[in-house]
Amino acid sequence: MATDPIEQFQISNWIPIEIGGLDFSFSNASAFMVVTAVSASAFLYLTTSSRGLVPGRLQSISEMTYEFIASMLREAAGSKGMRFFPLVFSLFVFILVANLLGVFPYFFTVTSHIIVTFALALLVVGTVIIYGFYKHGFGFLKLFVPEGVPGALVPLVVAIEIVSFLSRPVSLSVRLFANMLAGHITLKVFAGFVTTLSAFGLAGAAGAVLPLAMTIAITALEVLVAFLQAYVFAVLTCMYLNDAVNPSH
Amino acid sequence: MADGQEPDDLDGRRRKLEAALAARRTKEPGDAEDAKANGTGGFGNALRLSSEFIAGIVVGAALGWFIDRLAGTSPWGLIVFLLLGFGAGILNVLRAAGLVADFGSQSPKKDGDDPRERR
Repeated sequence: MATDPIEQFQISNWIPIEIGGLDFSFSNASAFMVVTAVSASAFLYLTTSSRGLVPGRLQSISEMTYEFIASMLREAAGSKGMRFFPLVFSLFVFILVANLLGVFPYFFTVTSHIIVTFALALLVVGTVIIYGFYKHGFGFLKLFVPEGVPGALVPLVVAIEIVSFLSRPVSLSVRLFANMLAGHITLKVFAGFVTTLSAFGLAGAAGAVLPLAMTIAITALEVLVAFLQAYVFAVLTCMYLNDAVNPSH
Repeated sequence: MADGQEPDDLDGRRRKLEAALAARRTKEPGDAEDAKANGTGGFGNALRLSSEFIAGIVVGAALGWFIDRLAGTSPWGLIVFLLLGFGAGILNVLRAAGLVADFGSQSPKKDGDDPRERR
C-alpha cells in the first residue's frame, strides 16, 4: 500500500460541502492549510508575546525572520515597497511552514499542488497589476516598452514583453510545485526500496541500508529545499512588486 | 594637531565600519547563494531556468489558443503566439541568468551598452 509514490498527494474530502453546485468541501488540503496558518501565527504570537527587550531564543527566531524579509523587501523595492511587507511576510511564512510540515511523515504537503501555488502566484501578480494601474495609471504600461528600441520593432518587442510578463505567475508557481512534488516522490521511491529489498532475506536487508541512508540524506535535502523555495518565492515577489512601485527608473 | 587628527580618525573609523558592514551585508545573500551552490546547486538552477523557458512557451500557446477560440482564426493565433511565447521564454531565461536588463531597469546607458558588450 505504501509503495505507491503518488498516493501521498491524493486529496480526500473530509467534510463534503456543496454550495450552489460548487464544491467547497473541507479536504485534507484545507485542513493542512488551516494547520499551517494556525501554527505559523501561534508561533509568531507566542514567541513575541513576552516582548523581552533582550529576546530569548524563540523570540529571536521571529525577529530574525522579520528582519530578513524586511531587508530583502527594502533592498528590492525601496522604502516605498515596504507597504507590501505584510503580504510578502505572510507569503514567505505560509510557504515555509507548509513546506516544513510536508516533510513530516504522513503529513499532506499543501505546496505540492499546483492549484495552491498558482493561486499564491496569481495573488502576487494581481497585486502588481492592480497597484501598478492604481498608482501610475496607464504609465504602468511603459513597463512593456523598453527604451532605445527601433520604432519598427516596438510592436514585436511589446508582444514578447507582455507574454513574458504573463508567464511570470506560471514559472513562479511551477517552480515551487515541481520542487516539492519531485522531492516528495524521490523520498517515497527510495523509502519504498527499503521495504522491497528487506523482503529478500538477510542479503536484501543488508543492501537496504543504502537506500535507507539515501532517504535520510534526501530528508535533509528536503528541509533545505523547503527553506530555499520559500526564499526564492519571496525574493521574486519582491522583484515583481518593485515593478509596480517603480515601473521605470 | 590633535584637533585636526580627531575628525580624520573618526572618519577613517566610520569608513572602516561602513566597509565592514557592507561586506557583511553582501555576504548574507551570498551565503544563501553558497548554500544553493553546495546543496542543490545545478539542480536548482536548471529547474529555475527550464521553468522560466517552459512557462513562456506554455503561456504563449495558451494565449494563442484562447485568441483563436474567441476570434475563430483557427491556426494563426496559435502559430503566432507560440512563436512569441518562444521569444518570451528565451527572454525569461536570459533575464533569470542575469544577461539581459530586468523589466524595471531601463537606463539608456545600460541599454545601449550592456547587451552588446555581453554578446
